[in-house]
Amino acid sequence: MPEPLTVVCSRSLVLPDQNLDTDQIIPARFLTTTEREGLGRFLFADRRDQAPWTDPRAAECKILVAGANFGCGSSREHAPWALHDFGFRVVISSEIADIFRNNALKNGLLPVVLESAAHAALLAAPWQEIEVDLPARRVRAAGQEYSFEVDPFGAWCLERGLDAFDYLLQQEPAITAFEEARA
Amino acid sequence: MSRPDPEMTSNPPTTLFQKIWDAHTVTPETVERPAVLYVDLHLIHEVTSPQAFAALAQRGLEVRRPERVLATMDHSTPTTAPLADGSWPGIDPQAGRQLATLEANCRAHGIELFDGRSQDRGIVHVVGPELGATWPGATVVCGDSHTSTHGAFGALAFGIGTSEVAHVLATQCLLQRRARSMSVELVGTPPADVSAKDLILAVLGTIGVDGGTGHVIEYRGAAVEALGMEGRMTLCNMSIEGGARAGLVAPDDTTFAWLEGRPKAPQGKAWERALDAWRELRTDAGAAFDKRVQVDVAGLAPQITFGTHPGMVMPITGVVPDVPGEARELEYMGLAPGEPLQGRPIDVVFVGSCTNGRLDDLRAAAAVLRGRKVSPKVRTLVVPGSHAVRRAAEAEGLDEVFRAAGAEWREPGCSMCIAMNGDFVAAGRYAVSTSNRNFRGRQGAGSRTFLASPATAAASAITGEVTDPRGFLTEATIHA
Ligand code: SF4
Repeated sequence: MPEPLTVVCSRSLVLPDQNLDTDQIIPARFLTTTEREGLGRFLFADRRDQAPWTDPRAAECKILVAGANFGCGSSREHAPWALHDFGFRVVISSEIADIFRNNALKNGLLPVVLESAAHAALLAAPWQEIEVDLPARRVRAAGQEYSFEVDPFGAWCLERGLDAFDYLLQQEPAITAFEEARA
Repeated sequence: MSRPDPEMTSNPPTTLFQKIWDAHTVTPETVERPAVLYVDLHLIHEVTSPQAFAALAQRGLEVRRPERVLATMDHSTPTTAPLADGSWPGIDPQAGRQLATLEANCRAHGIELFDGRSQDRGIVHVVGPELGATWPGATVVCGDSHTSTHGAFGALAFGIGTSEVAHVLATQCLLQRRARSMSVELVGTPPADVSAKDLILAVLGTIGVDGGTGHVIEYRGAAVEALGMEGRMTLCNMSIEGGARAGLVAPDDTTFAWLEGRPKAPQGKAWERALDAWRELRTDAGAAFDKRVQVDVAGLAPQITFGTHPGMVMPITGVVPDVPGEARELEYMGLAPGEPLQGRPIDVVFVGSCTNGRLDDLRAAAAVLRGRKVSPKVRTLVVPGSHAVRRAAEAEGLDEVFRAAGAEWREPGCSMCIAMNGDFVAAGRYAVSTSNRNFRGRQGAGSRTFLASPATAAASAITGEVTDPRGFLTEATIHA
């Protein structure tokens, strides 16, 4: 069960590339695991010997700011698992792929989509202190404030540390009724 | 205020996507809560399921409808022959544990599994349709983004994460927000010598890798209707490469003829009833799509990718364009704007995957390779999408064509599409591949991928360089 996520403050790690797909976030050769823990060491495995990963500040970052269309490609949930295990709690981009966004919300990782001017401002200032305020739907950085929208249900679960699985399991009577009506 | 016209409110024109969505809505969505959507068919494989079964075990939950789940081994399986007990000699120990975990989970929960011994085994998106398990109007999910393939049958089929695999195992349902609808209409008649792969690459070149984000695509137009089921699967398969949740083609007589008599298709009276319902599955005239795109395919040349995502695509006769913001991607590929791709030496050719690993694809590659030899500088791997594809190809003698040409004819699996099983492209090397992703490192760390059709891949294998296949196709082979 993820911890509740409300306000996250940290320096930002910036990856300016567009279309960072889940194969790059965690290459397929690390997917033979049957576990979901400990995948942070494989995060961006093919780039870890390069900046910004080699900077000692990288290890403290809880906020990732990435280029457009982050998390496209494969549905592997190993991608948010690896990001969370590394220490990230928020991913900010101007566009985040559908399956990744769904997976992130279920794993204590908040996907934040900003409009392009705000996104460009954050991309241009690596390592700056950023505050992401989920209840207020606000990102604050360098004296500026930017608003964002997030799926209300995903946010409700994240803020309380609730698992959507529990909510779905409570729908059992409706599911049974649906199956009986179709039979 | 006047009363709404009952004619209008009872039957507003709706899209195919909306019809399937409505028929599977257990609980409608609200602003605060996603819909609960019922799942008809759940496909699983070794890579994205172990943690889902662990989540069930942790909560003491059972699989709600094991008869609605089908499992196969495909991603990490070697493409060499297994032993009589279904295990693979020399398999990476961790991959072996993953396969054993799938087997144990399926046994414990009564789920049908196509394992190393099974003659029905193959890539999950090849096996489901060929067994007749994918039905028009159904909802199909799998912990795999290329589940969109099944949309070729007019099913609403999409990839999910492992948490959602657990949700479906336990409840046969998913929490979902309804996607927006998008019409992609192919306009014009494509030349006979371009394939479905060229069509979808051209679509991706038009809409870009995020043009479908948040949408379910319905492919429309005479060029789509003219495709056989295998071509439609190729088309829908790469919907995710445009960011779409799913891709759909309305079912028609081509669909029904393909499904009839397959083991998991409805039989007898049930088939007749199903047909009546399936014939209703189309977008009503006048239904509104949230987004509409037209792609002109008249006079289309074979397409090939030049970059590190499938939207970086061009006609094979063209030169590498200067795409703003993609300079580093071209550098990774070792290419510069203005260069032609034709004539560029390559190291590997891969024919296979859930995009192009079906019988029609192997026939297209064999038509080019028949009576010819692959370049000694090129490693050519032909991997059928399933055992059924392998058997059908061997019955036609295609395996002999490949072997005689100097290509490797392998056992079914994902193989070099994802490079998890020991088949990979070495760093810095170039592959012409019939798979779906040219991402950095997708086919092995540092690998460089040109995505293309089976005919283009085969022609390039012969010459050892990127080659337009049209010179290798005779009248007879084009119209075969
Ligand atoms: S062939 Fe490739 S894309 Fe298809 S299921 Fe296998 S790994 Fe995924």
